Amino acid sequence: MNYKAFMAMLARDARVARRNIVALLFQTFLQPLMFVFIFGRVMVGSGYMSPSYKSLLLPGIMALSMVGTGIWAVAMPLIAEFQFTREIEDRLLAPMDISWVAIEKVVAGTLQALAAGIMVIPAAWLLLRPGVDLSLHRPILFAIVALLVALFSACGGLALGCSVEQTHIGLMFSLVVAPMIFFGCTYYPWSALANFPIMQKVVLVNPLVYASEGLRATLVPQYPHLPLLAVFIGLLGFNALLLTVGLRQFHKKAVS
Amino acid sequence: MAAGIRTNELRKVYNTAPPLAAGGGGFSFAEKRSKGKQPKPEIVALNGISLDIRSGEIFCLLGPNGAGKSTTVGVLTTRVKPTAGQAWIGELDVWKEQSAVKRLIGVVAQRPNLDFSLTAREILVFHGAYFGQNSNERNTRAASLLERFKLTDRADQIVRGFSGGMMQRLSIARAMMHDPQVLFLDEPSAGLDPQTRLLLWEIIREYNQSGKTVLLTTHNMEEADALCQRLAIVDHGRIIAFGTPTELKASVPGGYLVRVRFGQHSPDLLERLKALTGVREVRSTENNGADLYADRGGSLVSEVANLAVAANAELCDVHISEPSLENLFLHHTGRSLRE
Repeated sequence: MNYKAFMAMLARDARVARRNIVALLFQTFLQPLMFVFIFGRVMVGSGYMSPSYKSLLLPGIMALSMVGTGIWAVAMPLIAEFQFTREIEDRLLAPMDISWVAIEKVVAGTLQALAAGIMVIPAAWLLLRPGVDLSLHRPILFAIVALLVALFSACGGLALGCSVEQTHIGLMFSLVVAPMIFFGCTYYPWSALANFPIMQKVVLVNPLVYASEGLRATLVPQYPHLPLLAVFIGLLGFNALLLTVGLRQFHKKAVS
Repeated sequence: MAAGIRTNELRKVYNTAPPLAAGGGGFSFAEKRSKGKQPKPEIVALNGISLDIRSGEIFCLLGPNGAGKSTTVGVLTTRVKPTAGQAWIGELDVWKEQSAVKRLIGVVAQRPNLDFSLTAREILVFHGAYFGQNSNERNTRAASLLERFKLTDRADQIVRGFSGGMMQRLSIARAMMHDPQVLFLDEPSAGLDPQTRLLLWEIIREYNQSGKTVLLTTHNMEEADALCQRLAIVDHGRIIAFGTPTELKASVPGGYLVRVRFGQHSPDLLERLKALTGVREVRSTENNGADLYADRGGSLVSEVANLAVAANAELCDVHISEPSLENLFLHHTGRSLRE
């Protein structure tokens, strides 16, 4: 690996992200925070939802923001750069193995997803308070889960970004991302599916379930959640799978 | 360390998605979907290309669109994986030592593949950074290249709004940013105005004078003739002629080409044309036409016209070409490069 080239590409991505910072912030936070406001504040305040929903909602919203940010940050530029213009070519021609170009994208996406996760907690907390019981008893476990969630979002972005054509971006969101979000235990805990036993099993193929439940387990452990072991196995497994698929697709796109 | 380029029997057969990384147009995949489960169409882009390009020369691949020029450049620049055969830059095997090869080469693709999220200056500076240049070195070099390519006044603008010519100049500046030993230019003057083309030629010659190898592809004979020390003419993935422009032009029988067309077909007219003084070869072409390869041009016309009248086949059209690479291409393939 060529450390200098790798860092230069990270610097390049940082420069582009900084240039688009306002759009990026709206894109990352507007929708999750509106959801938090309507469901956590309006619905709870008017008595349609129980007050404990606030605490259940926050980790899910954090997972949602992180995953959305990571997928978007990696997939969208890749789809654009592999198009007709072949913008990525200057990086493919940098003196290092092209797999590192893909890995740099994953690292950049992971960092953006982590930033989104860190920022959404205080924002959502401000919108929801009082009555959110965050208990960060195990900060290291929380950090590891958050890192795995961010990594999952970036690896997912790599796999999607290298598999989807520009003309199919809309389809990617309605066929892959939207079902993943709605069946990803972001707006409700996994235990809430107890009355739908088949669905409760089926959603386990959705990596977002492990992300939401993992953050729930480390932020609001007083509520029911998947065991942390299952969360780790799920996230590690999906990360490895998505990274492998993503790298293979990247090579296919990069070399003809 | 200057480096030459060698290839040995390169073959490339496409049977998958369009060869975007090859940077080349000229292939149609439109039939692929409609054929359902039938075997995928195979497109032979390279059919045994062997080249030996000396270190420090300007070498040109000349051929029509779809001949395999871009695919050859793609293989030599690690962007296209050959189906068979080997390629070397200097002593380095292109496929086995990709990172080291990438240090030696600079590439200008057929279409501008600039990083559209950055400004012109950033494109150069980040490119320098990918190649490990320190901040001082890359900033100085970027500024001098922007000046050289007359881009200083737009240096800090995002390149998305640049004209085609500006993008092309910036692509070339970027390829030179890390001072590569071998510079690949795929159709560099396509879409450039004559003035910019001359600037480009001057820059290419100057770069070559510092001992660097330049490989450029073109379908423009004048460009090949003016710039290259040696060239290869490529068609259908094969090299059909190889040598210096002078040698190649001399290899056409007679040198001159007189293309004629008659009002009607007359079988023994071709035989009589062959017998004319100075005519080396006569080939019949479509629409009652004939190509005469001869060692003279204009003075032949009246004799041809007389023969035509005698054979009751009126002369309708005459075109005289002086010795040129175009004549050579026509002689080898029966097609014009301009078609």
